[in-house]
Amino acid sequence: MKFLRKQLDKVKHSFEKGGKLEKYYYAYEAIDTFLFAPNTTNDVKGAQIRDAVDLKRLMMTVIIAMVPCLLFGIYNVGHQHFMAIGQAKAAVADKIVIGLWQVLPIVVVSYGVGLGIEFVFSILRKHPVNEGFLVTGMLIPLVMPPDIPLWQVGVATAFAVIIGKEAFGGTGMNVVNVALTARAFLYFAYPTDISGGVWTYLGDAQVVAGYSGATPLAVAAETIKGENVVAALNTFGAGWNEGVFTLQNLFLGFRPGSIGETSTLMCLIGALILIVTGTGSWKIIVSVFGGAYIMALLLNLIGGSPFVELPAHYHLVIGGLAFGAVFMATDPVTAAQTETGKWVYGLLIGMLTILIRVFNPAYPEGIMLAILFMNVFAPVIDYMVVSANKKRRIQRATV
Amino acid sequence: MSAAVAEVVEKKSEPLFSKKNRKLISNPLDIDNPITVQVLGVCSALAVTTQMKPALVMSVALMVVTASSNVIISIMRNTIPSRIRIIVQLAVVATWVIMVDQLLKAYVYDVWKQLSVFVGLIITNCIVMGRLEAFAMGNKPGPSLLDGIGNGLGYGLILLIVGFFRELLGGGSIFGFKVFEAMGLHYTGNGLMLLPAGACVIVGIVIWVQRSINGHRETH
Repeated sequence: MKFLRKQLDKVKHSFEKGGKLEKYYYAYEAIDTFLFAPNTTNDVKGAQIRDAVDLKRLMMTVIIAMVPCLLFGIYNVGHQHFMAIGQAKAAVADKIVIGLWQVLPIVVVSYGVGLGIEFVFSILRKHPVNEGFLVTGMLIPLVMPPDIPLWQVGVATAFAVIIGKEAFGGTGMNVVNVALTARAFLYFAYPTDISGGVWTYLGDAQVVAGYSGATPLAVAAETIKGENVVAALNTFGAGWNEGVFTLQNLFLGFRPGSIGETSTLMCLIGALILIVTGTGSWKIIVSVFGGAYIMALLLNLIGGSPFVELPAHYHLVIGGLAFGAVFMATDPVTAAQTETGKWVYGLLIGMLTILIRVFNPAYPEGIMLAILFMNVFAPVIDYMVVSANKKRRIQRATV
Repeated sequence: MSAAVAEVVEKKSEPLFSKKNRKLISNPLDIDNPITVQVLGVCSALAVTTQMKPALVMSVALMVVTASSNVIISIMRNTIPSRIRIIVQLAVVATWVIMVDQLLKAYVYDVWKQLSVFVGLIITNCIVMGRLEAFAMGNKPGPSLLDGIGNGLGYGLILLIVGFFRELLGGGSIFGFKVFEAMGLHYTGNGLMLLPAGACVIVGIVIWVQRSINGHRETH
């Protein structure tokens, strides 16, 4: 540690005003404050009450909340791999190794590309490097399929950071969620690599007899009329991955899917961390789940096809609803800001998700598009909440 | 009073390619670009730019229509009753569009098919109507011709830039020539670039780059 400090102090003068590398001061500053706590203190005069919560700590809390999802995702990638190639008895360590081998490169590429662009823009625009990307850089790998080509992760990250964030003015100014922008980019640019049967990492190995790469959503959507959708889910995987889509297993998350999204349980642990530390809004999380549940119940009442009649609680544990509700919808920059607005915002995300899932055959999962859509509408929701409040107060006023 | 008269007389003797008139062609290319600054005609810019060839044909078609309608309207400008000027303008534009449409159909049938309704929709293109209203109704035929050509060029410039990136990134080719395959590389087409949303992103980037170079800002 001392050695690092000395090295930093040694080069410090050339980055300061008048130094040779003055232009790159913010790159230096970013590394310095990343490694060491800044030694600046408050002014002697003025208010001295101050909490140590800053953007960095806020972002770190979110990352800690994502750790359960990441760890489980790493294990699950390996687990699904061995199930698909018919080695159900493979050791846990082997599964973790396979998982690490697939997941770590994605994380490295995501952080490398994203932080590289952040550094370039901070030097060009002469502002300190923002910590916003620490969370985005972790969210991007968690919403990718395990088999995604790395160059696509790089291109998508670059697109999301430049077009989704920097074009609008950098951290805190983005209109739509940056990590979801990266995923949406891949979804429309290279659809064959992020839909269909890509959710299990297969490698070069031969798959087991009867293997199918279908997701629970696809199984539910493809159930033909007259059959029971729950039975179809329960019997899926018979012979090679018994009971992979039972309700309990869907909740625990031992199923194919994007790296971080599969386990509703892990997402709920993350939600708990976010809510206890006050980082994420519980209103949004609850209302997304609530909206989805209400919509699914309504559809159950209408009926018509097996997918429409899928029991409402199933909708909460399949696909990426839980992950999106906990980590994407709660993004404080892109969500609604008013307290009433958060309820509306969350409810609409949940409802739209189910509608897209059930009625749009082009998009098997709806949470990504629902959140992006409502991100755009969040300011309108806030505007309406504020003007409703104004109206109420004007009526009350007696002039 | 006499000064004003003198000015009018001076204007009359102005040559066609005076400094002011040359600006009529150069301004729409950059600081007064119909797409990136006036934000007109964006719809067709998103629709016809998946490949460069239709984008080029569309630009030429629009330039011809704008320039010639500008001249006609400019000649007629003092006889058009202001109440019915829009319908007169439309009639002139529609005539030119139909002529261009038939020409394209006769000589470049494949591109004409690709452009489908968008040649016909030049009638409603805001750039054409905008130039007629803003320029041709108040200026002489000569400058009006230049203004029409300038705006057509400005439109075409953006169309070709957008078309270049969309065709290159979306399909790996330029004017149908497979660039990456010629270099012996495999290229995976970017599907987003083939969607109108991709064109919107590229138009946005063009505006971003243009404004950071020339420093143009919206005035409120």
